[in-house]
Formats: sequence, C-alpha cells, structure tokens
Amino acid sequence: MQPIYFDNNATTACDPAVVAAMLPFFSEQFGNASSIHSFGNRVGQAVAAARSQIAALLGAEHDSEIIFTAGGTESDNTAILSALKAFPERREIITTAVEHHAVLALCDQLEKEGYVVHRLKVDRRGRLDLEEYKTLLSERVAIASVMWANNESGTIFPVEEMAACAHAAGVQFHTDAVQAVGKLPIDLRRTRIDMLSLSGHKLHAPKGIGVLYLRRGARFRPLLRGGQQERGRRPGTENAPAIVGLGLAAALAARHLETENTHVRHLRDKLERGILARVPNAFPTGDLDNRLPNTSSIAFEYVEGEAILLLLNKLGIAASSGSACTSGSLEPSHVMRAMGIPYTAAHGTIRFSLSRYNTLAEVERVIEAVPPIIAQLRRISPYWNAERNAPANAEFTPAYA
Amino acid sequence: MWDYTDKVKEHFFNPRNAGPLAEANATGEVGSIQCGDALRLMLKVDPASDRILDASFQTFGCGSAIASSSALTEIIKGMTLDEALKVSNQDIAQFLDGLPPEKMHCSVMGREALQAAIANYRGEAWEDDHQEGELICKCYAIDSALIEQVVRDNALSTLEQVTHYTKAGGACAACHEKIEEVLLRTLAAQAGTPPPSAAARPEAPPPAPAAAPRPALTNLQRMRRIEEVIDSVRPMLRRDHGDIEVVEIIGKNIYVNLQGACMGCAMEAATLGGIQQKLFEALGEFVRLLPASQLETSRQPLHAD
Ligand SMILES: Cc1ncc(COP(=O)(O)O)c(C=O)c1O
Ligand code: FES
Repeated sequence: MQPIYFDNNATTACDPAVVAAMLPFFSEQFGNASSIHSFGNRVGQAVAAARSQIAALLGAEHDSEIIFTAGGTESDNTAILSALKAFPERREIITTAVEHHAVLALCDQLEKEGYVVHRLKVDRRGRLDLEEYKTLLSERVAIASVMWANNESGTIFPVEEMAACAHAAGVQFHTDAVQAVGKLPIDLRRTRIDMLSLSGHKLHAPKGIGVLYLRRGARFRPLLRGGQQERGRRPGTENAPAIVGLGLAAALAARHLETENTHVRHLRDKLERGILARVPNAFPTGDLDNRLPNTSSIAFEYVEGEAILLLLNKLGIAASSGSACTSGSLEPSHVMRAMGIPYTAAHGTIRFSLSRYNTLAEVERVIEAVPPIIAQLRRISPYWNAERNAPANAEFTPAYA
Repeated sequence: MWDYTDKVKEHFFNPRNAGPLAEANATGEVGSIQCGDALRLMLKVDPASDRILDASFQTFGCGSAIASSSALTEIIKGMTLDEALKVSNQDIAQFLDGLPPEKMHCSVMGREALQAAIANYRGEAWEDDHQEGELICKCYAIDSALIEQVVRDNALSTLEQVTHYTKAGGACAACHEKIEEVLLRTLAAQAGTPPPSAAARPEAPPPAPAAAPRPALTNLQRMRRIEEVIDSVRPMLRRDHGDIEVVEIIGKNIYVNLQGACMGCAMEAATLGGIQQKLFEALGEFVRLLPASQLETSRQPLHAD
C-alpha cells in the first residue's frame, strides 16, 4: 500500500531535480563562496544565480533584496527584532492572533519585556477587521507583521492593502509568506511590503534554508553579528547546497504556480466535498472563497484529532491536526480558538494539505478512508449517541476538572 | 508523533470494553475541556458482594486517553469497590508500560471517573479535588501546581532551589524561563503584592516570617544586606535585559530604579514583589520595595528649592 502524503503545509518532499542540483555542492563544489580562488568563485556564482531565481519568483526589484537565512522562523524573528532596534523609540507591534508561533511566541516574549503587542482578532471565517488595523497604526508602532496565508486554515490576508496603509502611516510592514510563496502570485515591486519571510521546505526545497526579503531603503538591523556574508545582514558561511536547491525550487515553483491553482485546487475541492458529503457533523474552517488552493481544514465534531490521525496513519495516510507544532501539544490550536470554533469541534480539526505530487487516486482513497474512522471514534465518544447516530447533546454533562 | 508504547497502541487500536453498558448501575462522567478529554465510565456492580462484574467506557480524547480508559476497565473488572478505589493513576500508566509525561493527565482522568462512578453507586456526592497545573518541566514531569506548593512550603526564592527540591530544570534547561515565571508569580502572591487588578486576598499569609526574632542590625549592616539581596537578583534581571539600582532607603521604604526592559513592563509588579520577599528574609523585618519614581513625590516637601 503506497503511503499518501497530505501534510504539505507542515513540510514538502524535496523535488528530485532540487536534490540533484544540490549534490555537487556537497562534493566537488565544496568551496567557500567568499573565497577569491576558483573553488570559492564557482560557488559564489551559483549562490548569485539562486538569488536571482528567488528575486524573480517574488518580483523583487533587486537581487540584493534577498537575504538567505536558516528558515522561516529566523526570517520572522529577524524582521521583527530589526524593526524594534531600528526604531527604538517605537514600543508597539501590530500582528494577528493567528500567526505562526515563529511570530506569536516572539511577541509574547517582547510583551514581557515591556513592548505593547496588538493582536488583531479574526471572525468565525478567520478574516481580519481592517478598520481595527487602521486605527492601531501610529507613530508608536515599530512594525506590523501579518501573515500572507494561514498555515492551518489556508485563509489569505489582504497584505498588499495592509502594507499600503502601513506605508501611509510611516510604519514598517512585514509578512510571513511561508505558506503563500509558490501557491499565490507575488509581485513585490508593485507592493509596499518592506520585509517578507519564506521557507525552503514548504516549496520542495530542503529544510533549514529560508529567505528574508528586505526592500531596498528599508531601515534594518541584523540579528547576528559576524562576517560580511549577505553584506553583514546575515553573517555566517553560506549554506551553498541549500541555497542552490532553493534557487531551483523557486524556478520550479514559478513554473508550477498555475498547476497549484488548477490541478491542486481541483483535487482539494474534490477531497473536501467528498468527505463532507459522507460525514455528518463536519464542517470546513477558514475563509472558503479566499484561501490557499491546496489546503482543506475540516472540523469533525465530537471526536479528537490525534485519535483520527493515528487511525489515518495506520492506513498510510498522513495529515495533521492543527499545525505541525500544535499536534504535539494538548491545547486546541490557537487558530481554531481565535475563530471561535467550539472546543468539541476544534479538537477534531484535521488539516489536509496537498501538493502537485498528489493524484486523484489518492484523493479517492482518502475520501473512502475517513468516514469509517470518524464513525468508529464516534461510537466510543460520550458526546455521540450511537443508537440514534447523532450528537448526544444534553445526555453527557461531565464534571470538568 | 508521541512516543507511545506498544501497549498504548494496542489498547488504542483495539480498545477493550468500549461503548455503552446496558446493565450499568454506576456511572462516572468527567472531563477536561482544555486538554480536550472527556470520559464516561460505566460499571455493573454486584450489590451483594460490591464486586465490579463488568465495566465499559466512552471517551472523547487522544490516543492515550482512549488507551487509558481501556486499561482502566481491564484493571478494575473483578475488583470490589474498595479495591478499585485504591487503583492510582500510576497503576493505569504502569499497566500500559508508561505514558509520555504530557499525557499523564489521561490516567488521572481515568482514576477520577472511577471515583465519580463509585460515588454515584453509593449515592455520595463526588467532588474533584485534584488541581492540575500547566506542565512546566517535561524532563521530570513537574507541573506548576507542584512548584508553587514547594516554593510556598519551603520559602524558596531561586531557580536553583526549585531544581534542588523538585528536580525541575535539572536536565535540558528548556523550562528555566517558565520555572522563574512560576516562582515570581508565587512570591508576588505571597508577599501580598498582587497585581493591581487582583483585590487584596484575605487568605494571603501574613507578611514577614517574624517567628524567630533576630538581633537588630546596625544601619550599615542593614544597608549592606539590602545591597547583597539586590546584587543576587541582578543576574536574573540582566538576562532579561534589565537592571536594578537602590536609590534611597527611608525607614521601611526602599526605593529602587528598575532599568531597561523591566521598566514599565507587566512583570514590574511581580519582580518587585519577588525581590521584596527576599528582603524580608534577609533583614528579618517588613520592608516595602518601591519604584524610585514614588520617591520624587514623597521628597518634594523636603527639598522645595
Ligand atoms: C506560516 C509559517 N511561518 C513560519 C514557519 C516556520 O518556518 P521554518 O520551519 O522554516 O522555521 C512555518 C512552518 O511551520 C509556517 O507555516
Ligand atoms: S524540561 Fe525541565 S529540565 Fe528539561
């Protein structure tokens, strides 16, 4: 039985062409990109070519706006901490309640250190209130950091419009586009976005490599201090193999952008409709008309997510509950809670995230697999009445610890 | 994914005694909405012998919650009610060859459902008496409730002491930040300086453990002691990019400048509370630790130049 991988928002398989492009940089092309001699020079040229490929995917005006980092988390942290250092008199940050932990955990810590953090709320469909955002923009705000697309629900935020508002108010704007790059068209030169984070392993490049886009002219302070790599903006010897891999992955992503929005979207829609038609008391979460083409987040009421995942895993099907990080903790995902999803449904939310490597046959197998698993868990759920095959409602009222 | 034992997986994939029990004459229903678990335990008790003839469960929860429920029903079948009441959550975890520390609460829920079911059978009221805190140290499975209690009972004031008493923080160091937060919170509550929002708590312990009278200090000794205490907390503040400096000592009032990141932050009250507690202990008298900004106002009449 072939395993099925529907967890591409957690991480993706490295494209075989990307792996092949990287391999020489582990062996004969081992030079240090900064060296004068020819060992280093060839590596330096490959890094420069990768930088151009990424600038092209993002629509960046200058290659020098691309800074290589060790991933999405580092890019997010660098962006926010840079703004706080660059504008020391500004003590406020605007973000949203549904960001990735790479932003939220940092903001929690900054709050303890005395900064004021505004976390924009979302409605039941996961949408922001732009009026609330606009009233918060002021000369006290160092940075607004808003994700382009949510990793759990796939909901897309209007970051181009929000960046324009921030620019008008004289506030730096950063977007965590880790989930959006390669799935949505991006043309940074036509926006007012000052900084953008992307992560290689979400677009079929390796893990541990990412990019911080930094608009030319935007005030910046590096996170790390050291040598002159990345013009001192991110010192440390370049991870040349991963950079070369990311460059090719970016070129492939540009070529497959349409596939994502036709083929992958079609598979996702078919999967979601198929499951919802067969499972009662289940509903999709997020802004259904405005979300990533590859993501479907379905709340199965009265059953718990980890139990669903274990049973899916037994059938060789990989999905996740909440985000990859929250599936390791006990709390229901902060994204589902922010959307006001009731606990008994939030705990049973499963995210299916597809990629261009998935097939119709896989979608059909998952549509067949899910309904019996939910039925099996509901049979032993106290919130479910097996006789009536319906929610137990008032029949179950436990004493809560 | 969690590191479940084969036994846990076995009981999750093939739960024993799952589903309603038609002839049940005892039912216990408990849940923890936060960690997303809820459990109904049903027993068929023989009234003549008080023996559990049959048991079944229905559980809303993760893999280990379902496995713990299944294990519990297997353990208690055939026991008398009094025997069953002696089953601890560790017994349930042991039956499954262990649970990850984050999942121990699943076994606790099983034991509570059992107590609730037996109380239900005996016509008694059952009240949940256990308080579970946030899991702080994963290496040693120590939660915030335990740390708070040990800090209070033993008048602890440093991370190192907490590690010494509970082991928490003694391995990978990932929990040090959280332990210090619990510590500061507990000390602040103890010192009777709760954050402004919380009204004065009547049950707060009386300030200053004045039981053992100490010889009075000279002014110089007293000042030195105060400096020593301040020096001892400085590294902790520096770690958070802050600092502290004594500005003036007027009677029972010690005025300090909190600098850098501590200033104006939410932790200021908690920080002052924690340091104040240490000063009580070092000086053996009640003192008040105040921000130097309050000094300006109290001084004005004296220096009206
Ligand atoms: C929206 C978002 N931001 C940031 C990250 C973190 O990226 P990385 O794993 O490269 O540090 C992720 C990945 O989990 C993500 O989904
Ligand atoms: S989590 Fe506490 S020492 Fe490792």
